[in-house]
Amino acid sequence: MAFINHSAKEINCKLVYYGPGLCGKTTNLQYIYNKTNPDLKGKMISLATETDRTLYFDFLPLNLGTIHGFKVRFQLYTVPGQVFYNASRKLILKGADGVVFVADSQDARYEANIESMVNLRENLEENNLKLEAIPYVLQLNKRDLPNVTPVDELTEALRFKGEPVFESVATVGTGVFETLKSCAKQVLNKLGR
Amino acid sequence: MPLPDFVMYDEEYQRIKAVATRLKDDANAKIVFLVDKNGQQIAACGDLGSIDTTSLASLTAGNVAATDGLAKLIGEKEFSILFHEGEKDNLHISIVGKRGILVVIFDNRSTLGLVRLRVKKTSAELERIFDVIEEKAKHQFEGEKEYESPFAEITENDIDKLFGDD
Repeated sequence: MAFINHSAKEINCKLVYYGPGLCGKTTNLQYIYNKTNPDLKGKMISLATETDRTLYFDFLPLNLGTIHGFKVRFQLYTVPGQVFYNASRKLILKGADGVVFVADSQDARYEANIESMVNLRENLEENNLKLEAIPYVLQLNKRDLPNVTPVDELTEALRFKGEPVFESVATVGTGVFETLKSCAKQVLNKLGR
Repeated sequence: MPLPDFVMYDEEYQRIKAVATRLKDDANAKIVFLVDKNGQQIAACGDLGSIDTTSLASLTAGNVAATDGLAKLIGEKEFSILFHEGEKDNLHISIVGKRGILVVIFDNRSTLGLVRLRVKKTSAELERIFDVIEEKAKHQFEGEKEYESPFAEITENDIDKLFGDD
């Protein structure tokens, strides 16, 4: 649910990065943070455990510029991927305008991806949102690692509504901005309708 | 059905700002801050100085959301007030209506009792303004009133430009 402030001429949208534990959601945000002009970004907040696992969420505010006189701001959130943090995941999806699903391409994580996808659908529904209707992008991360599931196979398993799919290596930034841009584009197009 | 987008016009924004400023003065507070439950800042007044208001908004919403979850776990509808006491500054957080969170930051020039008293009065006023905002949004959502989205004429080119410098 975007916040359109006619007084301040601002529009704020919320994007949530979702996916199984250790798939690279935080790494996506860190890369975006490191590569964004300091004038255009706010502070990145990570509520993480001592071992750097996301405990609650990561948060990164971005100012993308101006469209038709309105400042466009995106707030990027990640959810904690570990299975037992489901209550927190549900809270963070509240009011999301778009979702990026980050899949871990390694064979060993094939089922974890599917489980997380099912979980995303359930949690969206609990927030009165539908995966079918929300702007959505699928990112296949860690393509540089050995023992990865072929792109076609993983896409077939996880893609379900013709959403854009991006291969990525978030540690070096491959596919990171393409994914963000694709999701942001869908959100803004939806606002125009 | 999900809530429609939260659209705020100058008229309501000015009213909210005036109410928040009055609360700050009446409660002898340093800062009064209004956030929506999704973590977007609605209005702020007072000595914001070096405070990162964007982070404050998102963490406040996260805090309220987590506390809401805790309330439901023990069978409560919500905990409508949160209070954090620091060495110098204190944080009083309260829920306003369905989607607002009111944050008051105060030091030893005020007291918790005074803040609570003033917040209670202000909340009722803010709730009425939120109702107006919601009513307007509902009419737009149902197409009863013509709403010209600032993005109605958006083009691919406009969006591409946003990412031009990446």
